[in-house]
Amino acid sequence: MSTIIDLLKSLLSLSLGDFIRRTFGTSPGIELLIDIGGVVILSTFCLLIVIFLIWLERKLIARMQDRIGPNRVGGRYGALQTVADVVKLLSKEIIHPSGADWISYNAAPILTVIAALLVWAVMPFAPGVIGVDLNIGVFYVMAISSASVMVLLLAGWGSNNKYALLGAFRAVAQMVSYEVPMILALLVPVILARTMSTDGIIAAQSIPFLLFAPVSALIFYISSLAETGRTPFDLLEAESEIVAGFHIEYGGMKFGMFFLAEFVNTLFWSGMFATLYLGGYRFFGLENWVSADGYPYGRMIGLIVFFIKTFSVYFVYVWIRGTLPRVRVDQILNYNWKFLVPLSLVLIFFVALIDKLIPAGTGPAARMSIHLALNLLLAFLTLEVLRRRGRQFRESLSGGDGPGGREALFPDDDHGHGSDAHEAPAHDDHGDMPLGSREPIAVPIH
Amino acid sequence: MSQQIVFFILAAITLTSAIAVVALRNLFHAALALMASFLGVAGIYILLEAGFLGMAQLLVYIGAISILIIFAVMMTRRMMQTRETPFNSQVVAALIGTLLSFAVLVVVIGQLYPLVPGTDTMLGSAPAVDPAIIENSTARMGLSFVSADGYVLPFEAASVLLLAALVGSIIIAWPRSGEEENL
Repeated sequence: MSTIIDLLKSLLSLSLGDFIRRTFGTSPGIELLIDIGGVVILSTFCLLIVIFLIWLERKLIARMQDRIGPNRVGGRYGALQTVADVVKLLSKEIIHPSGADWISYNAAPILTVIAALLVWAVMPFAPGVIGVDLNIGVFYVMAISSASVMVLLLAGWGSNNKYALLGAFRAVAQMVSYEVPMILALLVPVILARTMSTDGIIAAQSIPFLLFAPVSALIFYISSLAETGRTPFDLLEAESEIVAGFHIEYGGMKFGMFFLAEFVNTLFWSGMFATLYLGGYRFFGLENWVSADGYPYGRMIGLIVFFIKTFSVYFVYVWIRGTLPRVRVDQILNYNWKFLVPLSLVLIFFVALIDKLIPAGTGPAARMSIHLALNLLLAFLTLEVLRRRGRQFRESLSGGDGPGGREALFPDDDHGHGSDAHEAPAHDDHGDMPLGSREPIAVPIH
Repeated sequence: MSQQIVFFILAAITLTSAIAVVALRNLFHAALALMASFLGVAGIYILLEAGFLGMAQLLVYIGAISILIIFAVMMTRRMMQTRETPFNSQVVAALIGTLLSFAVLVVVIGQLYPLVPGTDTMLGSAPAVDPAIIENSTARMGLSFVSADGYVLPFEAASVLLLAALVGSIIIAWPRSGEEENL
């Protein structure tokens, strides 16, 4: 009886490993079983949560587009719609396109799920609830996600389809490019926390790093959008251009595995954002609460806080998907190499410099203020530079303020003025003129 | 014991895929085998408690260099359709070269580490490993890169070299004056 109560309490305090050690003793075999059990639980959780994520995304997108979304299967809210979809995918015939490369075609879906699950090893869910606290945690995440780009090439080339290959090329170009600002943005929390361990980064956030480095958080967020291939960077599966991208030839559960990996990855980057910039499972020290009889119930609080933060970030992903249109491929690459990379390089340079200059005894609040001021200054300067460039560009289009500029923009200014009633509609024609250009000066000629 | 099992698995993966790289007829498959070989080497690094090196191997060799190789393979269209045997008439020369370099490696390593347990080498017994070094190897490596007592000069020289390569690639890719219309 006491063992059952012990088990229930351990479950509630997320310390099942301690329970097993207490009950069955400690030996290498038991430790191995605990490790394997942890891997099984974590992977199963990641795979099952996708069912919920897909339902959530469909519902949210539907609401944003003024629709109802799934509402038939499983009650009023369509809660079982995804389960039905999964059953349908599983029961589909396995098709093998002619001319496809057998190894590449079949290895790609498996490898993509493996890569999506591997990164979860360093995700800290609650104090002490982490797959493995690597001291190179952040670097590990980047290495795995960079190697997983390869899978897209496998799928694209192995399918023997020109759309798949084009989609894979786009995807690889996009992901390899956006890795650069992502790594540079990730270095900012690493510099601030003085460690690459994900658990250590959370421990260092007595004030969330979002307040230290909002610019870095924004760069990281945008890069993770591109890295997961979500809107507005979803042109690797642009339906209108290349049908479905690299997974066009996949059907049934093979397609389902790509789909699954995408959702698992999105949730992972949401969790990573929460970990690196929002303090992860931290909740005013409550997450470390240990009850009098020795059960760390605070872990449960930490887990709930972690998921609240993660799903808030995830909601923003869905929100962006429901809001923004797709951008062109040259715009994506230009935006990355000519804007994000230089900005993150400058940012990391100044963050490292400023952090070194701050005296060692400074409190966290003062340190945060200095970093925040630096970030805001950088953001302001960036916006100012962008504004000037934008104005120059528009002036080069419209002919500028120089001689003949205004005439080029409003060629019909010479006639039509001076009369009385036509003034207002003529003015309205120029209602959509570019920002920053001058108001047409209407001088009545008598 | 379990470490040795893992080592043999990793070594088997590395060597088999290394042989596949040179023996496979399809260039794309050869490139994939090369990646499997890199992966095996990364596993051996991790087995040797050099996690940072293993991840760097993954990031640089699989995430960057292999993709570069595969892009190069894909861009050369005729290469993809080659089905002829990759072997040429220099098999014997290659075999002799491989065996010679293997012999040199065995001799050199045998001078430093005992090939048979318990025997003495040039250095006497095998050097003892300080667990504190392994424990904190990543941080120690980072420090030795930037400290004046460590390797700051080679590190900076390598950085300058990389920067020069970067600038050089930009200059090569830069459109010459008068060429802009063709872009």
